[in-house]
Amino acid sequence: MFDEYFILGCSAIGAGLAVIAGIGPGVGQGIAAGHAAAAVGRNPGAKGDVTGTMLLGQAVAETTGLYGLLVAMLLMFVKPLVPAE
Amino acid sequence: MIGANMLLAAEDLAEEAAEGSQDLGFMIKGVFSFELNGVTLWITTSHICIAIVFLFLVIFSFFARAAIKKGSEVPSGFQNIVELIVEKLDGLVGGTMGWSARIFRNYIGTIFIFILFSNISGLFGLRPPTADYGVTFPLGVVSFSLITICKFRYQKVSGVIKGLCEPWPFWLPINLIGDFAVPVSLSLRLFANVLSGTVMMALVYGLLHAIAYAWPGVLHAYFDMFSGAIQTYVFCMLTMTYISDACGDEPAKLPKKSVA
Repeated sequence: MFDEYFILGCSAIGAGLAVIAGIGPGVGQGIAAGHAAAAVGRNPGAKGDVTGTMLLGQAVAETTGLYGLLVAMLLMFVKPLVPAE
Repeated sequence: MIGANMLLAAEDLAEEAAEGSQDLGFMIKGVFSFELNGVTLWITTSHICIAIVFLFLVIFSFFARAAIKKGSEVPSGFQNIVELIVEKLDGLVGGTMGWSARIFRNYIGTIFIFILFSNISGLFGLRPPTADYGVTFPLGVVSFSLITICKFRYQKVSGVIKGLCEPWPFWLPINLIGDFAVPVSLSLRLFANVLSGTVMMALVYGLLHAIAYAWPGVLHAYFDMFSGAIQTYVFCMLTMTYISDACGDEPAKLPKKSVA
């Protein structure tokens, strides 16, 4: 009943659901960038430091989204759920 | 009749799409294989690309050495570039690590240049070596080893146990998991970022190859140059932060020789 194509289709749906993880980092990076812009506005002399700190924090926040992307890629291209023939 | 034709056309399209997804070309490919003690080992595109990056860096370092050896007081030409690179890396490491910078300057500089050139190599038609988890995981493990060695060396065993029992003793398993998650998260972050850029470029060239002229250059600038440079910076920055955390305050007697 559950043939290869059924599993492939479910994998595709799962991959689509997995990249929903991208919402969180998007919001987080936006907040970080907004606060960094405010900080530069208050103290334009510290622009270099603020930019460096912002990019570092954003890259760390991005990790959870990348985990979702990784799961999606595994489901789409490595196909771990499809039984090997 | 029309229905049957449409069905045939749809089948053709599906076949074409399937073929297209087969040679999208971002997967690691085996180039040739050999037998060793009855185990088949493959030389893959990752090995070849890492060898090219390595060769380029070795040749570059020979030229840099020659430029510094017969360098003049007022630098000119190639000597300028070499001095700029060394100065910037020294500034980066010195500004982040404090007193331990003098021990780890060489190591951080080396991995910085290696990861940067690996990430950028996508521009030159190579498959970035860092888009292979077999390359980034060892980098993470090396960082983890350095962190652990520094912890035991500068905080002593009692300090390590005390650090694991912060803020309460029953927090120990969580702190242990947190410690062992460091290499995995470090390497996965770099790997997933570079891989996502590689996959994106492969999708553009594979699926839009009819109209992929000139404008993918913008995407290359983002995925290969910007993202690659940022991830290099992040990897080195986090490694430096963890190591200088592990080193703690400046000891009264500084070590004579550098360990890395």
